[in-house]
Formats: sequence, structure tokens, C-alpha cells
Amino acid sequence: MTESIAREGVATQTPSKEALLSVQGLQKHFPITKGLFKRQVAAVKAVDGIDFDVYKGETLGLVGESGCGKSTTGRLITRLSEPTGGRITFDGSDISHLGTGAMRPYRRDMQMIFQDPFSSLNPRHTVGAIVGAPFHIQGVKTEHGVKRAVQDLLKLVGLNPEHYNRYPHEFSGGQRQRIGIARTLALKPKLIVADEPVSALDVSIQAQVVNLLEDLQEELGLTYVVIAHDLSVVRHISDRVAVMYLGKIVEVADRESLYSNPRHPYTVALMSAVPVPNPRRRESNQRERVLLTGDVPSPIDPPSGCRFRTRCWKAQEICATTEPPLVVREGDSPDHATACHFPVADNEEVAGRSKAA
Amino acid sequence: MPAPDAFLDVRDLRIHFPTDDGLVKSVDGLNFKLQRGKTLGIVGESGSGKSVTSLGILGLHNKRNARVSGEILLDGTDIVSADPEAVRKMRGRRMAMIFQDPLSAMHPYYTVGHQIVEAYRVHNNVSKAVAKKHAIDLLGRVGIPQPDRRVDDYPHQFSGGMRQRAMIAMALSCDPELLIADEPTTALDVTVQAQILDLMRDLQQEFNSALIIITHDLGVVAELADDVLVMYGGKCIEYGSAVTIFEEPEHPYTWGLLGSMPRLDRGVTNRLMPIKGTPPSLINVPSGCAFHPRCAYEPQTGGRGTTEVPELVESGRGHLVRCHLPVAERKRIWQEQVRPKLEAGS
Ligand SMILES: Nc1ncnc2c1ncn2[C@@H]1O[C@H](COP(=O)(O)OP(=O)(O)OP(=O)(O)O)[C@@H](O)[C@H]1O
Ligand SMILES: Nc1ncnc2c1ncn2[C@@H]1O[C@H](COP(=O)(O)OP(=O)(O)OP(=O)(O)O)[C@@H](O)[C@H]1O
Ligand code: SF4
Ligand code: SF4
Ligand SMILES: [Mg+2]
Ligand SMILES: [Mg+2]
Repeated sequence: MTESIAREGVATQTPSKEALLSVQGLQKHFPITKGLFKRQVAAVKAVDGIDFDVYKGETLGLVGESGCGKSTTGRLITRLSEPTGGRITFDGSDISHLGTGAMRPYRRDMQMIFQDPFSSLNPRHTVGAIVGAPFHIQGVKTEHGVKRAVQDLLKLVGLNPEHYNRYPHEFSGGQRQRIGIARTLALKPKLIVADEPVSALDVSIQAQVVNLLEDLQEELGLTYVVIAHDLSVVRHISDRVAVMYLGKIVEVADRESLYSNPRHPYTVALMSAVPVPNPRRRESNQRERVLLTGDVPSPIDPPSGCRFRTRCWKAQEICATTEPPLVVREGDSPDHATACHFPVADNEEVAGRSKAA
Repeated sequence: MPAPDAFLDVRDLRIHFPTDDGLVKSVDGLNFKLQRGKTLGIVGESGSGKSVTSLGILGLHNKRNARVSGEILLDGTDIVSADPEAVRKMRGRRMAMIFQDPLSAMHPYYTVGHQIVEAYRVHNNVSKAVAKKHAIDLLGRVGIPQPDRRVDDYPHQFSGGMRQRAMIAMALSCDPELLIADEPTTALDVTVQAQILDLMRDLQQEFNSALIIITHDLGVVAELADDVLVMYGGKCIEYGSAVTIFEEPEHPYTWGLLGSMPRLDRGVTNRLMPIKGTPPSLINVPSGCAFHPRCAYEPQTGGRGTTEVPELVESGRGHLVRCHLPVAERKRIWQEQVRPKLEAGS
């Protein structure tokens, strides 16, 4: 790690409230077709009408169960995938349906980091070629040549610039993830969407990469959307967190409110399921755990009304008929929105804190 | 043969693989004991030898490419020296394993029920009908809804969590006395993970079996383990009760593990404290203490860390540490330097 970014205990800067990215009614339905003529018989409603903003300079965390639509959302907002509905505004421009050519100027500004540091790097290319590729593809002029630019990037992410000619397999998992990050930074993006950036890494290496992401944000004023299933990592790294369930955002809040005062029953269950690394609290954790039974319903045919109702211990009749809007609930901060008819109150005895039906 | 004083007694276990690049010393002198009804958590960096150890206990290493030495006494019978047929009989009946990836461990072309039935009939001379009834019973016990119907499903018809449950059902089909779970919940969502951990705890209580759980997730260890063994570079570097390892750890690597991990039960810290550097090569293992190239306290041992392999020494009751730093010094560093940093922000 370079000296300039290895500062201890930097306080997170307060992000502005100016949206870099704004999403309204975003939808992605994957068609399921049948027969010779590929007649569409149904659709996987992977993302089914979500709204959120990402403010300049902040980190928005995106969490939720496997298959709830996090990666699809990431691919939509970086326009690696075409939305079936809704609107994406980036830096003031509507990019919802731009074609490849029209997207090109925006491509530089938004980049994605993927989970698997190995499969996303071409094993036959040197580190220099990999990190330098975006310069060539985008035809970007560099002041002192591409090689120098790449070496600067390698230094920035804490890799030895002399390793320019090495191949990915000569690096450890954490180092490979740094190579991926260096490549991402080549075009000085404004927005980085990181899809499970550390979940394939060992705990000790995970912490190095998390710190690096934080340093780079500080240094370069980056805006992040971080997708992860590890709720502790998400809390550590995010300013605000959105919780998804079956193609919908069910709750979004600044991290303090979300973790200290979760309002949506699904968020409550999710938080309570995280194992706490304190053996003395073993029994009380188990007592307080909300166990969700039953499987996640299919995104092809989601439940009517509130999608969580088939697993929710608070469900009433209205939950089956009326979809709860994602709005600020009474007593919550204006940043904290919940999509539930009967949000969990702070001091509420969560019914059957043991096995929820 | 010495009388065993524990149900599982591993003595000076070494598992080495000759390769073109040199001898890989994946496990290099491991000792531990485990009683019935108790749970041992094994943690450590990727590549530290956790899975190789568990495969060794089950006698699953191929003698042609692995050199296994030492003793693994299961209820007094040494698995290392026993003949392969005898070990095969013990597997499934006395000991079983739950693997990380349930899809790869299940055959896609056979129904879940068929696979449990076959696993059961290898060791039990019963009719298919009886075995199937047993399979349905087991699926129900691990929490699969409508087990009599789902027993005829294929693995791909199960969700990830259900597959993992089915794997557990298969591993339990013969009531093993020793169950090894290698990263049993790593591939699962936290909500499903919580169900599986509950299940393992219940089943262990019911059968009084000995359980080894291998994981990267210190939270999972804190939930289940009575004792914790921390591995680094093929060796145990710290061993103690779960409470000791979390509250009074004495090895610099264990401190590093704890510092790397953001925790929900504490306030938000500004900065994680990663272990610098990368995991050691197992072929050219660093001289002296294998952790020394990454250890911030190495200078304090006057160079011994780079030349002399530290012994695993008892530092308190049942607490073993492999480090040259004097015990009092380790306790002081933990109390005065490391712990305050870890707790900052709470
Ligand atoms: N190309 C596709 N065609 C059809 N269905 C798809 C496609 N891509 C994703 N899906 C489906 O969309 C849903 C959401 O998938 P997505 O990958 O976004 O989930 P996720 O939240 O990222 O999950 P994970 O945590 O497992 O990565 C899933 O049901 C998935 O099966
Ligand atoms: N058959 C083999 N031949 C050569 N080397 C091997 C073989 N099996 C394992 N190893 C090596 O032994 C070391 C220990 O591997 P092991 O699978 O036990 O690690 P682990 O602690 O389980 O790691 P992880 O947390 O990543 O699962 C690794 O360096 C691995 O590459
Ligand atoms: S709207 Fe109803 S079913 Fe949905 S989470 Fe709230 S209480 Fe539960
Ligand atoms: S023996 Fe030396 S190098 Fe090894 S852990 Fe202890 S202080 Fe660090
Ligand atoms: Mg995903
Ligand atoms: Mg392993």
C-alpha cells in the first residue's frame, strides 16, 4: 500500500445529498420461452420496480438473500443489461435505454468489480495488459504513456509496479482482486459497483481490500454501490444500506438506523441470523433469533401484496391484497424508508423470537 | 497400543504431498483430542491444512500421492495404520463428513432419497423399503417439509439450504459418532445458515456425537464450538476453549484474525486491522516461526522467530500457544495494545 493512502482511522467524509445515480421503477424481467417460436410463457421478475438514489461520494450497500436481484440491479445500473422498465438517471442524464455507442462516454464513469478475482482476469494476459486494456479500448491518451499510467495504478492499489509483466496466477487472491480494482480505476470512474468484492477472499485479505476501497474513496472521491451478503462487512463499509427481498427493496436507511432500528420484519430476521463472535452470548443469541421457515418464493410467481408475507410472522389480511409502499414510517428519520404495513417497533417483543412461522 | 483417553485422539499427524515443485507439508505435526458430545472448531487461513486434516481423519487420502504419518485414534483404533477396508467400514458407520458444496457431493442423476438409501444400505443389511422409510424419517428430522413427497426429488429440485440439509441427513443416516463439517454453511445465506447451525446443535445433543466444524467464520465458531484450534501453515498455533480464544487470545496470528473481522455486536470501527502480507508457501515454509514474515512482534523475540520453530506450549489451563514471546509479554500486549484497538468504536 502506498504511503499516501495508508492513513490510519480516517473519518468517513459526510457525503453530499446530490444524487449521482437515481433509479425509478427499475425492472428486469427475464423471459421464459417455450417451443419452436420461443413464445414467452412467463418471466423471472428478477428486479421488479425499485427506486433509490446514490449520492455523490457515498457508499450504498445492497444486501439480501441469494437470488433476490442484487447482481441484476448492479448490472442494470452500469447498463451491462437492458432494463425492461423504469428509468436510470446518471449525473443528470437519462441512460435507461442508451445503445452501445451512446453509452460509451458514460462507460468510463461507471465500472463494476466482480466477485471472483480469478475468472474475471484473463490468465494469458500480463498484469500490464489487463490493467492497461481500458486505455486502449476507450482510446484514452495518457500523459506519460500507458505503461507509466498502469504502474501508477498498481502503486495506488498497493501492488509492486515492477510486477507489470507477471501473470494473474502468480498472485494471491487478494492481490488478484487488487489487479481487478486497478483495472477498474484506469478510466477514473465516478461510480463503482462492487458485486461481492471480498466474499471469495480470506478474512485477513478481505480486510486489506476493504481498507483499500475506503482509501480510494477518500483519495479519489469515488461513489460506491457495494453488493454483499456479509452484513458485518456491509455495515463497516456503507453510509446507507438497502435491503432487497425477491426483486424489491423492502427497507433503506442510513446504516446506524438500519442496524440499530430495523423496521421491516425481513431485515429484523436477517440481522438476527448473523452469528455473533462472542461465545458467552451463544444462548441469548439463539433465544433472540428469528428463524425464517419455508423457502424463498419463486420470482416467477411472487406472492400478491407483500412478497414477504408467506414467511412473515406479522402478516395480516391486508398484506395479501395491498403492496406496502417504501415510505418513511412514523418516528423514523427522513432517510429511513420501510415497505411494510406493520413495521417492527423498536421495543417490540418480536413474536416467537424463536421459530417464526 | 496406548489406552485412549479421548474418543478422537490425533497424535503428531503429518500429511505431506510430494509434487513436482517439492514436498507440500499441508499438515505438519498436529495433536488434538476430542470427547464425545463436544465440538471442536478449526479455523485458519485458506490453505492452512484444515480440509487436508479432516480428509485424513476420515482416511480419505490416497496412499499413492499422500504421505500420512502419526496416529489418528478413533475410540482406540488407529486410522493411519488400519487397513483401508476397515477404515472404509468405519466411514459412514462411525464417522461421516459434511462437505462445503452439497451439489458436488450429491449425484445429479439419482433422487435424494435413493442416495440416502444407498448410503444407509452400505452399512445396514435392510430392505430397500425399510431404508427408504429411514430416509424419509431423516429428511423430516433435518426439517425438509413433506419428506414423503420430497424424498423422490432430484438434487436440482432442492434449494441450496435444502440440499445442505439433505447432505446432513445422508451424513447422519448411520448415526455417526464423529461428524466432521467442512465449511457447512459458507455457500448459504445467513438465514439458512442459522437453521443449519441450529440443526447441527440439536442433532449433536441427541446423538452425543463428537463434532468438528471447520470454517473461516469466527461467528460460526463462537456459536458452536467448545474448543477452538487455530491453524497456520499446517500447524496448530493456538488451542483453547472458545471463550479463551475470543477473550484472551495470545498468538499474534489469532489477534490478526480477530482484527480483520468487522463485527455486528460492536460499534462501527473506522478501520479494520488486516494481517499484512500473504499466506506462507507450504513448500518453502518460512524458517523459524512460519508466521514471522507477517508478524509485527517478531523483532521483540530477538530474532528467534526467524530461526527457531516455536513449540506449542501450555500458557494457561488447556490453553496452548506456539510463540516465542514470553507468556506475560503476550498477555500484556493483548491487554494493553491489541484489545483496546479491537474494541475501539464500541
Ligand atoms: N440471465 C438470466 N435469465 C434468467 N433468470 C435470471 C438471469 N439472471 C438472473 N436471473 C434470475 O434472477 C433472479 C435474481 O438473480 P441475481 O443474480 O440478481 O440475484 P442475487 O441477489 O445477485 O443473488 P446472489 O446473492 O446469489 O448472487 C434469480 O432468480 C436468478 O435466477
Ligand atoms: N493432493 C494434494 N496435492 C498437493 N497439495 C495439496 C493436495 N491437497 C491439498 N494440498 C495443499 O495443501 C494445503 C492445505 O490445503 P487444505 O485444503 O487443507 O486447506 P484449507 O485450510 O482447507 O483451506 P481453505 O480454507 O481454502 O479450504 C494447500 O496449500 C493445498 O494446495
Ligand atoms: S407488509 Fe405484512 S407481510 Fe409484509 S412484512 Fe409487513 S407485516 Fe409482514
Ligand atoms: S514466534 Fe515470533 S514471529 Fe512467531 S508469532 Fe510469535 S512473535 Fe510472531
Ligand atoms: Mg449476485
Ligand atoms: Mg478447506
